[in-house]
Amino acid sequence: MNFFLCLIAVGGVVAVLVLLRLWLVLRPRKEGLQTVSVSVLVVAGSGGHTTEILRLLGSLSKHYNPRHYVFADTDKMSAVKIRSFEEKRAERDSESLYTTHHIPRSREVQQSWSSSVFTTLYAMCYSLPLTFRLKPDLVLCNGPGTCIPICASALLLGILGIKKVIIVYVESICRVETLSLSGKILYHFSDYFFVQWPTLKGKYPKSVYLGRIV
Amino acid sequence: MSAEAHRKVPSIKHSALTSAPREACELKLSLEIGGNLKILKRLGYRKLVLQIGRGRVVPDSFASTSFSLIVYRYKNSLKEDIKRSDLIISHAGAGSCLEALEEGKPLVVVVNEKLMDNHQLELARQLHREGYLFYCTCSTLLELLKSKDLSSLKRFPPGKPEIFSEFLDQVVGLKKLMSTSQSQPF
Repeated sequence: MNFFLCLIAVGGVVAVLVLLRLWLVLRPRKEGLQTVSVSVLVVAGSGGHTTEILRLLGSLSKHYNPRHYVFADTDKMSAVKIRSFEEKRAERDSESLYTTHHIPRSREVQQSWSSSVFTTLYAMCYSLPLTFRLKPDLVLCNGPGTCIPICASALLLGILGIKKVIIVYVESICRVETLSLSGKILYHFSDYFFVQWPTLKGKYPKSVYLGRIV
Repeated sequence: MSAEAHRKVPSIKHSALTSAPREACELKLSLEIGGNLKILKRLGYRKLVLQIGRGRVVPDSFASTSFSLIVYRYKNSLKEDIKRSDLIISHAGAGSCLEALEEGKPLVVVVNEKLMDNHQLELARQLHREGYLFYCTCSTLLELLKSKDLSSLKRFPPGKPEIFSEFLDQVVGLKKLMSTSQSQPF
């Protein structure tokens, strides 16, 4: 009995420490990164998600370099779009760098929630080593299921004190009144959460609304 | 702007139809089976370009003096076809909608009846509310084309990703660094 009480107490202390650390990591900080280049981990998705994220990337200066793209292995069109975007960019800027990485999908469209948990855990096995290896300054994502294991890995980098990764989530322009499943989760765990319609800003006051940005 | 597109080609109107896989069949059916190409012809269109994606029903392309139909599954970019068209009929996907609206083309969004609760509808409904597009279901598409004045649609202002990058420059501290490095003499 005492053993179990001890176990619960130890578990409780660990949980409190992790939560405290999580709070410290997510706390807004005033000082920016002390570097001239920002490495970005971009979570690409399928179709519309990729179009939107490339619009956002198109506006970023050459200081956001290199860009590491992560996408689910079933999406071929995204790879084509990203490559053509980066080739154009490389023509203008010889120092422009990018890499692409594949991880398993964490959630297929219309997949049930309960099985999503297992596939997300499976995707986590790939996301964790990738994110720990790349150690990006910034994670930029806009909603595909793949962004959950990537952001969880990025958060873990911060919790373990290895590196504070800034997580930026931009909810798709499609979302006018409700958040996507990824959005609902990452609203609590991202550093900057963008919405593109005033209705959502009203519902989610912590979000950033700067009008339509894609 | 959309009215201008019509004036540029007064006699020959093109119509590009971009569509997602799931909707492709239904759109195709509504246009083909009902002998609907005739209605498009009567409305002044001389060409219909169908992007059918993974659609199972593949209509044959044809070209006659009065009307031509071009069918393909995918293209890397629909930009050229959109530019050449006077009307875009599309599914509610954000990519297709934004692409058409940014070219200043009149857009009719066909919402899949089976996906009525789908979030895709949110965007189409909102853009319709703001007067940028018309939206309908497969069964009401032709009625809408006959009854609505496409030139009454508002021009869609472009999105501003530069506001996003300015914000990001500030939060990552790039702005400060860039401005200090600029102020230093080389």
